[in-house]
Amino acid sequence: METNGKVETRRLSFFYGKSQVLKDVSINIRANQTTAFIGPSGCGKSTFLRVLNRMNDTIAASRLDGEVLLDGVNIYAPHIDVVEVRKKVGMVFQQPNPFPKSIYDNVAYGPRLMGLNHKGTLDELVERSLRAAALWNEVSDNLGRSGLALSGGQQQRLCIARALATEPEVILMDEPCSALDPQSTLKIEELMQELKKRYTIVIVTHNMQQAARCSDWTGFLLLGELVEYAKTSVVFSRPRDRRTEDYITGRFG
Amino acid sequence: MAVKRLDRPAVIGPRISPKHAQSAALFLVWVGGVVTVLIMLVVVGYVLVQGLPHVSWSFLTTPPVGGMDGEGGISSVVVSTLYLIGLTIAILVPLGLGAAIYLAEYAADNRLTRLIRYAVDMLAGVPSIIFGLFGFALFVMVLNFNFSIMAGALTLVCLLLPTLIRTSEEALKTVPRGQRDASLALGATKWQTIWRVVLPGALPGIVTGVILCTGRAIGETACLYVTMGGAAGMPDSLFSSGRTLSLHVFYLAMETNAFEKAMATGAVLILIIIVINTITNHLSHRFRAKMSGG
Repeated sequence: METNGKVETRRLSFFYGKSQVLKDVSINIRANQTTAFIGPSGCGKSTFLRVLNRMNDTIAASRLDGEVLLDGVNIYAPHIDVVEVRKKVGMVFQQPNPFPKSIYDNVAYGPRLMGLNHKGTLDELVERSLRAAALWNEVSDNLGRSGLALSGGQQQRLCIARALATEPEVILMDEPCSALDPQSTLKIEELMQELKKRYTIVIVTHNMQQAARCSDWTGFLLLGELVEYAKTSVVFSRPRDRRTEDYITGRFG
Repeated sequence: MAVKRLDRPAVIGPRISPKHAQSAALFLVWVGGVVTVLIMLVVVGYVLVQGLPHVSWSFLTTPPVGGMDGEGGISSVVVSTLYLIGLTIAILVPLGLGAAIYLAEYAADNRLTRLIRYAVDMLAGVPSIIFGLFGFALFVMVLNFNFSIMAGALTLVCLLLPTLIRTSEEALKTVPRGQRDASLALGATKWQTIWRVVLPGALPGIVTGVILCTGRAIGETACLYVTMGGAAGMPDSLFSSGRTLSLHVFYLAMETNAFEKAMATGAVLILIIIVINTITNHLSHRFRAKMSGG
């Protein structure tokens, strides 16, 4: 295994109160690749994802052991500003969650937080982000329309554009297609192929076909344990662990 | 083991068919709706029909003179009312919203916050004249504001805080978690999230709470009588004594023979309430439409 991981976890454990949700997960997520995490409900895959941009910080009575390194720097070190982490590690959620604001204001939200208010620069950034999220052609005629007036698939691409506008390095996707129809799902998957050229993508999905279709690496989590992690083609054709094979062949889950 | 037959549960009394129950329920609900609308129309209509003919330009522009015939108009009373409402809202909204944001967004769910909520709920049920007594003791006497619009407004703030806190807190809680998460994930701090996402999302509900409070403030009499005094003259500062429209109606009805003037004042009061509600609702709807798009 190479060591030049973009995101690396070392003996990562996570607890909600007394229950341990992640057990000693050590993994190396490579830059400019799409890494998928699969596993049955409650296996800890969403928790794992949310650990990577410290979204679990808001949950009281949670505890984390081990390290999460972004470009070799532990993001849970005391001197690290959580806001900086989240700017570098963007996130797209399961339910499309645009703000009840215009399309423009949705995309400009992150840049404005950072103090960017120059109209010309913002215009350019909004257009670039919407183009990168393959939404520009559908909305360019009216950016003043509310983000909530878009279809579900468009809303999700708007959320992707919004995440891209802060110019992150890593994009986390938490079952981004589970609320979408097949057509919109296909669009998001095509988009991911495009995005990984510039970003590192980590996706959690309960859809194994999706993981097989659009990821380069796949990790299989079971009861908080990383059972298997390898190239996607290997995981789906020659899994090393019996439990992985059982899961991907549909024997449980 | 023999399979038991699933008998219908025993019914006490004659059974009503679901269809009839449905019609009966519909009828009752319908009657409730119609009666409510009728009551509202009759009350508002009666006051307007009786009062409006006596409303004239001079009625609106001269102060009350007094006497058994309730001579004069209501100019100073309208001014006092607007001063009082403005001052009350200006103090009430920052305080109430601040408390609501604390309770909804920051406070941990522990014994202290449960106690605060309990106290807030209890305060909401205390009769307004008790607040009047308190206002009289504290603002009028101890703080030496005398009978004044300021003392009245501060008393109203105490009276209305619980209502505003609870309505705002409920409004803040309706903002979906997904939107807060999205904001945080974009690198916003908690306060930026509250300011830029949660408050705008909760605004329609907060506005409703403020309207509710304005309505109650306009309607109060007793607790203002003991804190504002009720002088009929034009107030020259916020520390002047003053008389609100509701107080004036009370005064005209009880102390004079000028029943038509009481009705006219009542009509003006109703019109003011309608105007305030229409404007705030309109603003809130426009804001909501802009935000959620259609």
